Amino acid sequence: MARSKVYIAVLLASVIHVANAGADELVPYEITGDGITTSLTGAPGDVARGRTLVLARTTTCILCHSGPFPETRFQGDLAPDLTGAGNRWTVSQLRLRLVDASRFNPDTIMPSYYRNKGFVRVGRNYAGNPILSAAEIEDIVAYLATLRD
Amino acid sequence: MIWWRAIAVAALVATTPALLAGEIPPDARRSGYSFVSPDTRAMQDDDTSNPGMLFVLDGEALWGKKVGSADKACADCHGDARSSMKGVAARYPAFEKALGRPITLDQRIKLCRANHQQASPLPYESRDILALSAFVAHQSRGFPITAGDDPQLSAFVAQGRSLFMQREGQLNLACTNCHDDNFDKHLAGSPITQAQPTGYPIYRLEWQTLGSLERRLRSCMTGVRAQAYDYGAPELVALELYLMSRARGMPMETPAVRP
Ligand code: HEC
Ligand code: HEC
Ligand code: HEC
Repeated sequence: MARSKVYIAVLLASVIHVANAGADELVPYEITGDGITTSLTGAPGDVARGRTLVLARTTTCILCHSGPFPETRFQGDLAPDLTGAGNRWTVSQLRLRLVDASRFNPDTIMPSYYRNKGFVRVGRNYAGNPILSAAEIEDIVAYLATLRD
Repeated sequence: MIWWRAIAVAALVATTPALLAGEIPPDARRSGYSFVSPDTRAMQDDDTSNPGMLFVLDGEALWGKKVGSADKACADCHGDARSSMKGVAARYPAFEKALGRPITLDQRIKLCRANHQQASPLPYESRDILALSAFVAHQSRGFPITAGDDPQLSAFVAQGRSLFMQREGQLNLACTNCHDDNFDKHLAGSPITQAQPTGYPIYRLEWQTLGSLERRLRSCMTGVRAQAYDYGAPELVALELYLMSRARGMPMETPAVRP
């Protein structure tokens, strides 16, 4: 925890522009402080779709996380419970966390969901693609923001 | 949280210099057996209920069967496997001089089949190669693993270790992230083990058949959305060798049963 706070402080000191050079299918985004303030699609996400996505095995969140999902037995315990994530983080922080969690903790095991290059030996079916689309990120961000105690 | 763990790891490194940060000290190593349910353990322990034993019996039959243009059985050259194959699997992958690199037990059997029996090749993961491999490895049940002790292998063990530590695939995860740092936790419903290769080939309930260590490693690679190495690829052999050397001294269990 202490380590990620330091890292966030470093982030706050500057505004970082990510050009995504060479990754033209990705929507360019701008990191401001420790978040991304503007929606990747320019529109708010859909909360219900976001919940469905978080619960889908292929989205991978619940491989590691648990959360307020009484209908699913198979949840992971490699990462914090997502209950209350909307209290702990702003929408802008949640968006950056999904886009590139390594901005909060350089050693994190949480994948960067909106990144499509710089990987080693990516499977043929996945090469060149981010794990989630911009619209899917926005749906999940909208849903996580509703997770308040 | 992180700093005390860093100190604990630093202390370990200071006393056991061979260990890298995050690696499991010898007295904390645990077979996959200790992570499975009591039912699965009971299935493995009782030879009459262990489905892997059917493959061992098939392997025993193949051991005595003459094949190929040499018209020779394994037994014609190796005699009774109960003595000639004792402890052999515990030191595989082993260095093969003719190739200048390590080969797995399955590759060794494939070589005997091609060179000494002059018979048609057995494909990886075919029932016959798994049966022969299970039969041979079963003769090492209870033997401590010694693979990797041969100094000619040290560069290959090191290669396997660096592959184990390297993040890969679209999920950008290394073997070590799960199997050194997070064993005992759960990936969705499944317990994460230490990836100790003590029981191969294993009967995996999910596969409903016997499978090799390579098949298991390939499925972990696919799980992180990496391009799995082909069967027999030098990288896969190096990973397997590293895992065996990491399990040095642990007893062989073949055929193990896993979920
Ligand atoms: C491979 C494991 C893994 C996966 C998959 C994963 N995360 Fe995480 N996540 C973590 C870990 C570990 C942390 C704790 C902080 C850190 O180490 O980066 C975390 C932190 C978080 C946090 C902040 C924690 C808090 O206070 O609530 C949120 C929100 C989050 N993840 C959401 C998600 C979502 C949504 C997904 C799926 C799109 C996801 N994660 C997928 C491992 C994972
Ligand atoms: C995201 C976490 C994760 C990563 C990364 C991962 N594994 Fe696994 N691995 C698992 C889980 C979970 C199991 C147990 C699955 C089961 O048996 O149901 C497993 C099982 C294994 C086993 C079987 C152990 C036994 O008792 O038979 C081996 C060996 C193994 N992994 C090696 C590797 C190697 C080598 C890599 C890197 C190429 C790797 N794993 C990457 C999660 C992971
Ligand atoms: C014509 C004789 C012959 C036959 C038949 C034969 N092998 Fe071999 N085997 C050898 C020789 C010789 C070696 C030593 C390595 C080499 O030169 O190939 C060997 C090595 C081995 C080893 C490695 C032993 C060690 O200590 O590392 C195994 C395991 C093995 N054979 C299994 C088999 C199996 C299983 C079969 C039947 C499918 C078989 N062999 C058939 C001659 C034979």
